Amino acid sequence: MRTNEQSPSVQAMIAASRNKKGKRLLEKTMPKLLLLTALISVLTTFGIVFTLIFETVEFFNRIPLLDFITGVEWLPFAGEAQYGILPLIAGTMKVTVIAVLVAVPLGLAAAIYLSEYASDSARRIIKPVLEVLAGIPTIVYGFFALTFVTPVLQMISPDIKIFNALSPGIVVGIMILPMITSLSEDAMSSVPKSIREGALGLGSTKFEVAIKVVLPAALSGIVASIVLAVSRAIGETMIVSLAGGSTPTLDANVTGSIQTMTAYIVQVSTGDAGYGTTIYYSIYAVGFTLFIFTLLMNLLAQYISKRYREEY
Amino acid sequence: MRYIEETSVMQNMNKRLFRNKLWKALFLGAVTIALASLVILLYRIVTQGADYLTWDFMTNFASRFPEQAGIKAALVGSLWLMLVVAPVSMTLGIGTAIYLEEYAKKNKLNDFIRMNISNLAGVPSIVFGLLGLTIFVRMLDLGKSVLAAGLTMSLLILPVIIVASQEAIRAVPKEQREASFGMGATKWQTIVRVVLPAAIPGILTGSILALSRAIGETAPLVVIGIPVILQFLPDGLLSSFTVLPMQIFDWAKRPQEEFLFVASAGIIVLMVLLIIMNSIAIFIRNKFQQRY
Amino acid sequence: MVQLAVQEVKKGKILEVNGTPAAAPKKTVYDTIGLDLWYGEHHALKNIDLAIAENEVTAIIGPSGCGKSTYLKTLNRMVELVPVVRTSGVINYRGRNILDRNYTVEELRTKVGMVFQKPNPFPKSIYDNIAYGPRIHGIKNKKILDEIVEKSLRGAAIWDEVKDRLHENAYGLSGGQQQRICIARCLAIEPDVILMDEPTSALDPISTLKVEELVQELKDNYSIVIVTHNMQQAARISDKTAFFLNGEVIEFDNTDHIFSTPSDKRTEDYISGRFG
Repeated sequence: MRTNEQSPSVQAMIAASRNKKGKRLLEKTMPKLLLLTALISVLTTFGIVFTLIFETVEFFNRIPLLDFITGVEWLPFAGEAQYGILPLIAGTMKVTVIAVLVAVPLGLAAAIYLSEYASDSARRIIKPVLEVLAGIPTIVYGFFALTFVTPVLQMISPDIKIFNALSPGIVVGIMILPMITSLSEDAMSSVPKSIREGALGLGSTKFEVAIKVVLPAALSGIVASIVLAVSRAIGETMIVSLAGGSTPTLDANVTGSIQTMTAYIVQVSTGDAGYGTTIYYSIYAVGFTLFIFTLLMNLLAQYISKRYREEY
Repeated sequence: MRYIEETSVMQNMNKRLFRNKLWKALFLGAVTIALASLVILLYRIVTQGADYLTWDFMTNFASRFPEQAGIKAALVGSLWLMLVVAPVSMTLGIGTAIYLEEYAKKNKLNDFIRMNISNLAGVPSIVFGLLGLTIFVRMLDLGKSVLAAGLTMSLLILPVIIVASQEAIRAVPKEQREASFGMGATKWQTIVRVVLPAAIPGILTGSILALSRAIGETAPLVVIGIPVILQFLPDGLLSSFTVLPMQIFDWAKRPQEEFLFVASAGIIVLMVLLIIMNSIAIFIRNKFQQRY
Repeated sequence: MVQLAVQEVKKGKILEVNGTPAAAPKKTVYDTIGLDLWYGEHHALKNIDLAIAENEVTAIIGPSGCGKSTYLKTLNRMVELVPVVRTSGVINYRGRNILDRNYTVEELRTKVGMVFQKPNPFPKSIYDNIAYGPRIHGIKNKKILDEIVEKSLRGAAIWDEVKDRLHENAYGLSGGQQQRICIARCLAIEPDVILMDEPTSALDPISTLKVEELVQELKDNYSIVIVTHNMQQAARISDKTAFFLNGEVIEFDNTDHIFSTPSDKRTEDYISGRFG
C-alpha cells in the first residue's frame, strides 16, 4: 500500500466509511422487492383466469353449458333469451378469415421484398412507415372502415350493407399486416447470407433464392408470425364494433351485418345491462371463450417457433 | 455426352429472368398497397376533420350539437390516465426486467414468470377490461375512476414495457458489470450506477411507445364503463373521467353526419398526441443511445 | 525464504524458485495452495500451487484455454460470475483464505483491482469513471474526489492528455487512452494488487508500449499479476513468469530463467513457438 501520502489513504477512508448496515440491507431486500414486481404479472394472469372462471360459472348456473356451446342462436335481448355462442364465433371467424386473406399474401410479399430485394435506404424508409401503421389506434382503423372502406365497397357492389363482415375484415387485415411483415422479415433476415450466396453462385435468380431457399429456411418464423396475427385478429374489438354491426348470424354471408365475440362484449358494456343480470354474466362467458381461442393460438405460435427453430 | 445442354438452359433463362422481374414487381406492389393504405387513411382523416379543428373544439366540453362539441374533457382525461399508467407500469415493468435479467436464476419459478409474460402479451385488450371491471371497479370498489382505468391499462401494457426493458438491460455489455464488480461494487450498486444509466434510453423509448399504445386503446375502457359525455374535468384519482378514444368512439357511432367530422377532428388530436410521444421516443433513442 | 519453506511443508512437488536475488526476500501477497476449479464438468484448474510476491510483476503465460485467465479471475473471485463454477483448495491473500465463504468479495475486490482485456470504461465522463470506485465506497467530498481523480490519472500517465476534458465522455478517447483510463479507475481506490487480463491485446503497438511502461512504473507501489499470450511482453515487463498448460502450472520461475533456460521441455517448446 502507498506510503508518504499527504492526504489520508483512500483505503483508510473506504474502511472508515464502510457502514455496512444500510448497504447490506439494500442488497438483501432489493432482489425480493423486484421479485414481488415480477410476480405482479403472474398475479395478473391469475386474476384474469380467476375473474373469467368465477363469473362464467355464475353464467353456467343459469344457462346450461351444452346450450352455450351447441346453440345456434344468440338472442340475449329477446323475450326468451337464447345463448348459443356459435353465431358469435361465426362472426369472429368471418372477419378473421378475410383479414388473413388480405394480410398473409400482402404481408409476406412485403416481407420478401424488404428482406430480399430492397436496398438499405429503401428499407430504412419503409420499415418505420410500417411501424407507424402498426401504431395507429384501432379506433382510428374502425372509423376508417366505417367511413371509407364500407362506402367504397358499396360503390363496387350495392348488395353490401352498411354493416358487414367484409369491410372490418379488410381493415383488420391492414392492421395485422405490419405484424406479419416485420416478424417474417426478421425470420428471413436471420437466414445467413452464406446460404443465399450458395444459391446465387449456382446461377439462381433472386426470386428462386427467395422462394426455394430463404422461405423454406424461415418457414417456422413465418408461420409463427401468421398464427400470432390470427390471434390478434380474433381479439380485435373496435374495428368490428364500429363496422361489423350487431346481428349475430350463423352463416357464411359476408355482405350483411354480423357480430363478433368482442363486439358483443362492447355492445353489452355500452348498454345498460344491470350488474347481476344474465346478460352481465354472459360477457364473461364470451370473454372466456375468446381468451381460450387466443391462448391456444399463442401457445401454438410459441410451440412452432421453439420446436422448429432453425439452427444455422 | 453432357447432361446440361447449353441451348435449353439459355431458353429457360429468359423465362426465369422474366419470372424474377414479374415477382419483384408484385412484391413491390404489396409494399405499395400497405403504404398507400396509410396515406389514404391519413388523408381522409385530415381532410374530414381539419375544418372542425378549431380553438373552440379544443376548449369545449362534449355536446349534443356537433358544432359545439369539444374535446377538452377527453384530452385532459387522457393526460390524467397517463398520470396513473406511466408510474405504475414503468415501476412494475422495469422492476420485473431488472429481476429477470440481473437476479433470476434458472429455475422453475423464473421460467414460469417468463412464459407467463409472453402469454400475457397475447391476451386481447378487451379481456383486460373484464379483469379491470371485476377486480378494480367492483371488488376494490374504485368505481369507473381514473385509478381503476389506469391500473387496468398499466397491466395491459406491462408485458410490452418488461420486454423492452429486458432488451435494453441485456444490451449493456457484461464487461461493464465486470468493471464495476472488479472495484468492489455490490450487485445493487452495479445495477443502479452502471446498468440502469446505460439502459435508461432504451427503457424510456420502449416505455413511451407502450404508453402511446395505452393512450390509443379503447376496448378495456369500454368494458370498464368509462362515461363519454362529461361536462367537468377530473379532480382526483377517484374522479370519473373520459379519454380521447372513448370520445371518438362515441362520436363515430352517432347517426348525424356532422359528428363524423367531429370524430375526425378528435382523431387528429389523438394522432398528434401519438406523433409527439413517438418523436420523443425516437429522439431519446438517437440522442442518448450509447454504442460500445 | 519464507515462501520456499511454506511450499516445502505443504507439497512434495515443489516449484523451486531458482536464483532468488540475494536481497531480502519479498513478502508473499497471494499464496495459492492446491487449487482446483471446475466449470460444470470441465476441470479447468488442476492442483495449482503458486506464490505471488509483493511489488513484483508476475506474468502468466500459456496457450489459449490453458486456464490462465480463469486463475487470474479466481484471485478476485470474478470467476464466480459464471454460475456453474466450483472450487477447492486455498488461496491465501495476506494470510486469509479468500475462497472461504465468509470472505466478502466486495472487500476483496476493493483491495485487488482488475484491468480487463478490452478497455471497458463506463459511458460516463472521464471524471465520473475515475470517481466511480471512491464513490461506491462512500467517499463523497468533492475536494477529495478531485484530488483522487488527478492523482489516479497522473498515476496512469494520462493526466496531461485528458486534464482539459475531464467532463467529456470516456468513449471519445482512443482505445489505448481508454485502457489507461481503466487503469486509472483501478488506481483510484489505491488497491494493493492489480490483476491485468491481457490488457494490451486490443491495443495497437504504440499504445501497448505505453501500457507496458506504465506497468513498470506501477510495480514500485503495487503488486501486479498480468496474463498475456504475448511472450515478448512477459519477457519485457515481468519479474516472475508462470507457464500454464491444460489447467496446470508447468513451471514457475524468475522470468530471465524461464526464457533462457526453462527446466521443462513443454515450456521450452511453447516459448520457442512450437505450439500455442
